[in-house]
Amino acid sequence: MSDATKMTGASSLVKALEASGVDVMFGIPGGAILPAYDPIFDSKIRHILVRHEQGAGHAATGYAQATGRVGVCIATSGPGATNLVTPLADAQMDSVPIVAITGQVASGAIGTDAFQEADIRGITMPVTKHSFLVTRAEDIARSVAEAFHIASTGRPGAVLVDIAKDALQMQTEFNFPKSIELGGYNPKIEAPAEAIRDAAALIAQSKAPVLYIGGGAIKAGAHKELLKLAELTGAPVVTTLMARGAFPDSHPQHLGMPGMHGTVAAVTALQKADLLITLGARFDDRVTGKLSTFAPGAKIIHADIDPAEIGKNRRADVGLVGDLKLTIEALIPALKSEFKKNQPDLSAWLSQAYGWRTRFPLGYDHPTDGSVSPQYVIERIGKMSGPDAIYVAGVGQHQMWASQFISYEKPRTWLNSGGLGTMGYAVPAAMGAKVGAPDTTVWAIDGDGCFQMTNQELVTCALNNIPIKVAVINNESLGMVRQWQTLFYNERYSNTELHSKRIPDFAKLADAMGCVGLTCDSTKDVDKIIAQAMEINDRPVVVDFSVHRDAMVWPMVAAGTSNDDIVNARSLAPIWDSQEL
Amino acid sequence: MTQSHPDAPSSSVSFSKTRTLSVLVENSPGVLARVSSLFSRRGYNIDSLAVGPTENPNFSRMTIVINVEDHALEQVIAQLDKLINVISITELDPVISVQRELLLVKVSTDEKTRSQVLETVQLFRAKVVDVAQDAVTIEATGNTEKISALLRVLEPYGILELIQSGLVAMSRGLKPGSISEDKR
Repeated sequence: MSDATKMTGASSLVKALEASGVDVMFGIPGGAILPAYDPIFDSKIRHILVRHEQGAGHAATGYAQATGRVGVCIATSGPGATNLVTPLADAQMDSVPIVAITGQVASGAIGTDAFQEADIRGITMPVTKHSFLVTRAEDIARSVAEAFHIASTGRPGAVLVDIAKDALQMQTEFNFPKSIELGGYNPKIEAPAEAIRDAAALIAQSKAPVLYIGGGAIKAGAHKELLKLAELTGAPVVTTLMARGAFPDSHPQHLGMPGMHGTVAAVTALQKADLLITLGARFDDRVTGKLSTFAPGAKIIHADIDPAEIGKNRRADVGLVGDLKLTIEALIPALKSEFKKNQPDLSAWLSQAYGWRTRFPLGYDHPTDGSVSPQYVIERIGKMSGPDAIYVAGVGQHQMWASQFISYEKPRTWLNSGGLGTMGYAVPAAMGAKVGAPDTTVWAIDGDGCFQMTNQELVTCALNNIPIKVAVINNESLGMVRQWQTLFYNERYSNTELHSKRIPDFAKLADAMGCVGLTCDSTKDVDKIIAQAMEINDRPVVVDFSVHRDAMVWPMVAAGTSNDDIVNARSLAPIWDSQEL
Repeated sequence: MTQSHPDAPSSSVSFSKTRTLSVLVENSPGVLARVSSLFSRRGYNIDSLAVGPTENPNFSRMTIVINVEDHALEQVIAQLDKLINVISITELDPVISVQRELLLVKVSTDEKTRSQVLETVQLFRAKVVDVAQDAVTIEATGNTEKISALLRVLEPYGILELIQSGLVAMSRGLKPGSISEDKR
């Protein structure tokens, strides 16, 4: 080999990232990763210098969720790497493809408790799809290629590549693999034809089916196929928190979101169904409630790319392991031929399910004291920004309201931390989404508690021309926790009072961080201030919406109870017709 | 004992039983940690785990003994199969596989009991590997039942120290059938 092809491990890292198609990464340099930052300086990859590594991780996740591409974050060893643990766990739980690059102390110092040493590969093993520790320069490019392959194929997930400092400094030749063969990793793409036929036969026998749609439908890019399947079956559709936007909210077959804060219609339809056509969902406890009482009369078709999901929580009558888009594409013709023999009459079931939707719609009351309803603010943001905007929520009451009161028509317009429930997700994830979709309006719908965890990334947004909009739904408390204290702890509000209408002044804070800060504390100003925020596109905007603190998220299935015990407002369970009981 | 999900669907015809999994893994650092971390975080208890080299230096083989129900076994296999470094997983049926453990046991003896202990060693086709004034150290290999039986017989003499390897196992005949390969 000629010397001309030699380069440092650091250069091979950057070249490998370029070869993997990376156009942006979020990170912060530090001692162990420093060699990599020298070639980054010359790379065509845009590096966005964040203010905290957690921000880098969530930004990578937001970017990946908005674009469908792999998000990339980079940090140094020790605390830089441990600050990535939360976003890695978050991305892994929600099956978001991200790759984290971390520096590690020099290979000879590993295991000596060296300065800024942490066993980040070990630490992240349980919260990533895979993690690499690279100690030789010649292994860097291949490991990066494998990391992108693992993150983006099969069930997507988080992958960490930890690289020792001396490996970055040593000379090597750049060898980027053209194709990747991993003996122990062969995701199954196509569901067996026999299972497809079995599923079609079950659907053709069902008189009360529900399409139970999870985030996998969005990951697989299967929304068009899903629409066709839904219309072919005529069955009602429910979209989980991770699947909002996979199926248009405006579609007449849509019953809304199931689960702890789902619509009465969606929750009840699952309970009363005779068949769940489960597509890219995982029978999460927040959807099923008490598992042993979930959908007691339903047979289960379970389609997922991850074989370990089939039968994990609920036994499947037919498991369809494979890429969801291909699974649905195969299911449609199989179902058409079944329907030629026998198409069941769903009219009784549909009138029942759509009746629940009519009788128990989502709703909220305006507070009697004249203060602003948080649901109203969120609903107006959704109406005024429309279905093309991207909405990114934190975690808590505002997240549930943003899922309930904004209409989602398209995939990848609703981003949130569903599985891990990471407070502080919204601002950095919105930043990442805006970087991935610069021409799209991006709203972070955040709570005053969440916002105070990660708002430092607004500095990053202001300095890097990332004009996101942030609505702080300020009820001056940790609202969801407070709601549970109201309902289950006798209104004893232990440590949920944040005083955030007094301190900090969010508008001033926004201003200090180079954003426009706005405040709104009356219902009549809500539209005007949203319009004002919408007009600002050269800087990030933060709107402090001062809202009523006692508003609660309804309906609700209390944790650990049966979905049959859904309550659609405080102390108000749905009253069923006698024949429905 | 298996920790099953408290909310897991219960089947009336599901019994816990001891299973032996032969797991072919990449011979690379951290693989054992990955496997043991998976068992720990998913709440599967391992009865024994043995790991060692294979005929191919790129791979190691783990023999994992667990006590689980059918439903849980499927989950264990599916979750193990998700580990990138796990190449294949085979459940070994005791009837069509060879299963062995190694036992080293130090038994208290005196002039009266020594000959009885040595007789036991012969009966079990074990070996004495060390003799001292008041103790003998015995090496034995065999399946779990044989090793337990030997220990039961030796116990009355006084077991001073005991160490046992995990079970290692191999299918009889030409080639093992791989569960995870079947699933692909």
